[in-house]
Amino acid sequence: MEILNNFFLIALPYIALALFLVGSIYRYTHKGYKVSSLSSQFLEGRRLFYGAVPFHWGVFFLFFGHLIAVLFPRGVLAWNSQPVRLMILEISAFIFGISMLIGLINLFIRRYTTPRLKYVTNKMDLVIYILLITQTAFGLWIAYNFRWGSSWFSTLLTPYIYSIFKLQPDISAVSLLPWAVKIHIIIAFTIVAIIPFSRLIHFLVYPLNYLWRPYQQIRWNWGRKSVRSPKTAWSLHRPKNN
Amino acid sequence: MDIRSQISMVFHLDKCIGCHTCSVACKNIWTDRKGAEYMWWNNVETKPGTGYPGKWEDQEIYRGGWEKKNGKVRLKGAGKRRGLTNIFYNPNLPVIDDYYEPFTYKYLDLIEAPQGDVQPTARPVSLITGEPIDIKMGPNWDDDLSGTLDYGRNDPNLQNLTQAEQEVMFQLEKMAFFYLPRICNHCLNPACVASCPSGAIYKRGEDGVVLINQEVCRAWRMCVTACPYKKSYYNWHAGKSEKCILCFPRLEAGLAPACMHSCVGRIRYLGVLLYDADKIKDTVHLDDQELVDAHRDMILDPFDENVIREAKKNGIADSTIHAAQFSPVYKYVKEWKLALPLHAEFRTLPMLFYVPPLLPVMASLKQVDNTEDSKKMNPIAKYWDDNWLYDTSTKELFGSLDQVRFPLKYLANMFSIGDEEKIKDKWKKLMAVRIHRRRKTVGDVSDEKANEVLKAAGLTEEQADGIFYLTALAKFEDRFVIPPAHREQAIEMLDFTGDVKGSTGFGFKSKPKRGI
Repeated sequence: MEILNNFFLIALPYIALALFLVGSIYRYTHKGYKVSSLSSQFLEGRRLFYGAVPFHWGVFFLFFGHLIAVLFPRGVLAWNSQPVRLMILEISAFIFGISMLIGLINLFIRRYTTPRLKYVTNKMDLVIYILLITQTAFGLWIAYNFRWGSSWFSTLLTPYIYSIFKLQPDISAVSLLPWAVKIHIIIAFTIVAIIPFSRLIHFLVYPLNYLWRPYQQIRWNWGRKSVRSPKTAWSLHRPKNN
Repeated sequence: MDIRSQISMVFHLDKCIGCHTCSVACKNIWTDRKGAEYMWWNNVETKPGTGYPGKWEDQEIYRGGWEKKNGKVRLKGAGKRRGLTNIFYNPNLPVIDDYYEPFTYKYLDLIEAPQGDVQPTARPVSLITGEPIDIKMGPNWDDDLSGTLDYGRNDPNLQNLTQAEQEVMFQLEKMAFFYLPRICNHCLNPACVASCPSGAIYKRGEDGVVLINQEVCRAWRMCVTACPYKKSYYNWHAGKSEKCILCFPRLEAGLAPACMHSCVGRIRYLGVLLYDADKIKDTVHLDDQELVDAHRDMILDPFDENVIREAKKNGIADSTIHAAQFSPVYKYVKEWKLALPLHAEFRTLPMLFYVPPLLPVMASLKQVDNTEDSKKMNPIAKYWDDNWLYDTSTKELFGSLDQVRFPLKYLANMFSIGDEEKIKDKWKKLMAVRIHRRRKTVGDVSDEKANEVLKAAGLTEEQADGIFYLTALAKFEDRFVIPPAHREQAIEMLDFTGDVKGSTGFGFKSKPKRGI
């Protein structure tokens, strides 16, 4: 049992993080052409709405919910100190979880019942569907059975995650958690590990830059103000683009 | 003044014969690939018709282009807020069935089918699934007004036309149509560039060609929504958007783009325009009725010394300024004011201009008593005995303009945001040139009358001859005035040749490293 705990709660996170870091950087720098998700909306645009929208908004809020609990555990505990606020947090998180699960199931059915989508689906997509559906189901199961997750996450899991990042992994508390929680952790790190090898890579390139860039983009091959000036050796002004 | 140069085009619609050679040339070079089979970077539509993708002009469906609301101009279906919140699901994305499902035929079955009682057939199969399909739609499905009940009558440009006017258009014996070849307009205010969340689309400064960087494109597909002309296409196999590149590798080598080079009717003209980029913002904010003229006012006179000086300050090469002075596009758009942008109300400032077609209206159809005329005719000559006169006479100046077979309003909806006077103005010029040339070549038009017509159209004799030359006689070099791209300088900018001198051979961009 201890070997299993050590492997899944210490070794796996480090393997996952290493794969994630090295793989993502490699894919971005060497396979830039493939850093995106292969959208299938063009081939099937109606049923996608009932899958992609609930799934993405659900995962968007839940991802940041978990992240906030990791980054500001005291803040979460302080928020939870009043039962009303705790209930608001837990219930909204549960709703997002359900939205995510419904979205995923819709996406899964859509992808495997629409004939055209067979030709833009690969094996990794199936792996992702299975992992994400299992993960979401376990998340909901945990939220329902082991209350209140937001509080004990901040006291139990946040120190564990910190210990991993501090390179002094401490699993004394985590190894005592119920098996459902452990599986949730294991699948989470597995998903992190396969990000660079799957369509999940697209969330790393969410185009935030769009917010502050000007709408129109012009690119020049040369510095147009200096190219004709005899005073500047224009071959020294190498372009920033391309 | 911020002068930039733009390679732009004029399509002379009177000359288009609808042969689709341009489309085939483009397809063979650029889109004959998996995932791109359905794309026609160049396509030719029959008007009236719904076009490709179906009813693309109706922005209430596709929500492309810019819209002006409360004095502000913004993207209709994309933009920063809409684009980033709809990034999980783009509600305004056309799907493959809006274009058509690409197909081929199982030709091999014709040869390899086993012996049997029935003739083998080549069944159509989908190029997506490979399964046999029932073809519902294809490129140019409504070519030459086929299926007009379904297609022609659903043309979005028929809005504002009364029911009676529409009926006249579709009466069998009065039917008229023309072809509309379309490529990317390489706009000055491109909606695709503005909508791209990844910043993959850009306009090249030197020649204004709008390109999508395939390495940066992350398939958010906002450009497909935003382009009101639906000239940005999503490749479902590669997961990238693609569009017309104006054959820039050919342009840089001094060759005309493939669609233009292959054009049988010689309808296409390509040349440089100098324009004032400072005016873009003000122009797109103007009201509809001022937009078309203001768009033309942005184009600057390449012979003006002030313009030349400012252009040089902005790094525009002498060769480009020279090309701008000989640009056929400048003549058509600015000097003769003959060409108009397509659907300027989308506010993208398209840089592809069209000479509106005259031929469907040149003649009018009326019922006359022609018994006297037919007696005078040679008895062997054929004449219509149903008293319908296909009147191409020049008896009345511009007489047929008032009894057009083709409603002026329809063309105005396409080319001048509903302003019929603008179309009429172009038609007068086109007819004046014809009457003027008839005086010179046939001689049955009096000088007095021809001059009167020219004056009414606002043309001088030299201009009329110029229009005639460029329309009817122009040689290759007259139709395509391509400035040198100075690629040698650009390449030296991209790769410092000194760095790699002596280390690489032909065909290598990186050092040819060898293992053990």
